[in-house]
Amino acid sequence: MEERILQIKNRLGLHARPAALFVQTSTKFKSRIRVFKNDQEVDGKSIMGLMTLAAECDSSIYIIIEGEDEKKAMEELSKLVQNGFNE
Amino acid sequence: MDKTKSSVVKGIPGSPGIAIGKVFLIEEDFPVVLKKIPKSMIKKEISRLHNALSQVREEMYLEKHKILKVLGKEHAPLADVYLRILDDPILKKDVANRISEEGINAEHALSATIEKVVQSFEKIEDEYFNERKNDIQEVGKRILRHLMGSQRKYINEANADSTIVAHNLTPADTVALYEHKVSAFAIDIGSKTAHASLLAQGLEIPAVVGLKNITAIANNGDDVIVDGNQGLVIVNPDDETLENYRKEHEIEQQELYELKKLRNVAAETIDGHRVTLTGNIDSIKEVKSILDSGAEGVGLFRTEFLYMNRDKLPSEEEQYEIYSSIAQKVLPYSLTIRTIDLGGDKLAKFGFDDIVAEDNPFLGLRSLRLCLKYPEVFVVQLKAILRASAKGKIKVMFPMVTGLAEFRQAKKIFEETKEVLRKNIQDFDENIKLGAMIETPSAALTADAIAREADFLSIGTNDLIQYTLAVDRVNENVAFMYEPLHLSILRLLRHIIEATHSAAKLVGMCGEMAGDPAFTTILMGLGLDEFSVPPIAVPKIKKIIRSSSIADSKKLVQEIFGTDDYNTVVNLLRKPHQKG
Repeated sequence: MEERILQIKNRLGLHARPAALFVQTSTKFKSRIRVFKNDQEVDGKSIMGLMTLAAECDSSIYIIIEGEDEKKAMEELSKLVQNGFNE
Repeated sequence: MDKTKSSVVKGIPGSPGIAIGKVFLIEEDFPVVLKKIPKSMIKKEISRLHNALSQVREEMYLEKHKILKVLGKEHAPLADVYLRILDDPILKKDVANRISEEGINAEHALSATIEKVVQSFEKIEDEYFNERKNDIQEVGKRILRHLMGSQRKYINEANADSTIVAHNLTPADTVALYEHKVSAFAIDIGSKTAHASLLAQGLEIPAVVGLKNITAIANNGDDVIVDGNQGLVIVNPDDETLENYRKEHEIEQQELYELKKLRNVAAETIDGHRVTLTGNIDSIKEVKSILDSGAEGVGLFRTEFLYMNRDKLPSEEEQYEIYSSIAQKVLPYSLTIRTIDLGGDKLAKFGFDDIVAEDNPFLGLRSLRLCLKYPEVFVVQLKAILRASAKGKIKVMFPMVTGLAEFRQAKKIFEETKEVLRKNIQDFDENIKLGAMIETPSAALTADAIAREADFLSIGTNDLIQYTLAVDRVNENVAFMYEPLHLSILRLLRHIIEATHSAAKLVGMCGEMAGDPAFTTILMGLGLDEFSVPPIAVPKIKKIIRSSSIADSKKLVQEIFGTDDYNTVVNLLRKPHQKG
């Protein structure tokens, strides 16, 4: 199991486009990806779920990934978030 | 209902301008009925849902390609968002579960699921996120439309006189609107930053958004006024209102026409003196406004923004992509790139922990000094710039040069970087021009020496004035002393320009002074060759240049240098000195 806390860095937060990018990456992997913010949990492969987190700039999300390709998945998703979704 | 009754609906200004046209209503109502599905038919109902999903997916793929082709890469993410929503596990699984567990029709199951998701979005306080529910509703409607076999009215049936009245605009509408001219939009939902507003701004047509129920008020073919300046939509206006708006619209069109006429003419005085008028930008996003403004390329690209809001230095490849793409976009004109002009504190976060807080950062380790101390950072940027120079017309300039020795030191690194590229057989423009920014008094006073070794000079007035007058313009106690017309500044400008011309080189200005219409004639009279100004100031400055004469501007400068009294200078500038 891989787990990590990531800070949202892009100005508008995890809005539609970044959420789409997140899902584009997460759905490449077989592992189960769960994303948490405060006490809310959503499926990391669901764009609607991710958007309901309303993760704004500077807020933190907590990601748990379980499965055969968990390491690679965490690596790519972390990179995406840390680069502020290239915005 | 009285069809001719006039109604004024207040919304949010989405895109400025006034349009008078006819309502083209895009209706969205789908009454969804609940039907019980017998157990034996459940499988069929679920496959009906899957069929609708794949039809919509196909439709969206086609749209995405069309968007890419028509609007370019930066608009594609919106289409991606819709596709991701369509493929969302919530939609796929949740709806199918509802169908089988509750034994209901796909339409109703879908509506219930969308409703549930939208409700959770409505709980979000942040307005921006809350608004995203519209994207989900939009996708829901698309699927419903396929399930129910109904068709949306298409924008390509509208004409140039049509005002699109809709609940929201879909990506398909967006494409249609690029290919098909309409007069304005009036939209139920949205904010200033909504897709519809940005689209209207891009199309340069008026739009009012956030009108809540305009689709319920307006009927197809109604007369309508869209006032994008005030955020008003007037359906069936009375004659007086219509007349007033017609006049306002005419004035607006006239002004627009005047500015557009200027877009394609040269920045030339009435007596035939030609100057170069370029624009300043911070990012690739502003290139479009540069091209639209009629600027002759980019006179200052500030690269600092590439280094902000991130924790890793931008790579050579990333920088190369940006520089080459801008250079290609501004062809046949050139792109002048200013190398890193950052304070040391900005670099510290990239792991340069030997950088310490300074008492006087403006007199400290910053800008070119920082680059000379950390050549490893500097060289990455220079390599990216040089490689990009193979793709367009690029010039480079170093900021905050304080004298010849420092310029030589930086130029040496530049030459060495070229040598590295030659060894690697990497293409670059062998004739790339290298300039120095003159923004310190020491550089200004030695401009003759610098101009002999640089290919061009560019005056940064903001810093030059601050350093010369010893005034921090952000400090409210002394900000009033910041004065571009101070005799010292005028003398320095004259010296810089004369010295550069003696060395047979060209000199530009990219500070605020260049974009201030109050100083245009004096700068022309001093002999400035290039004005680099914010895109929005381009038409204004061009208009002044085109209505003045170089002979009068020179005379003005002579008169100004004939006095040492500040008030006389100000009065001379106020005097009408333009012919015609």
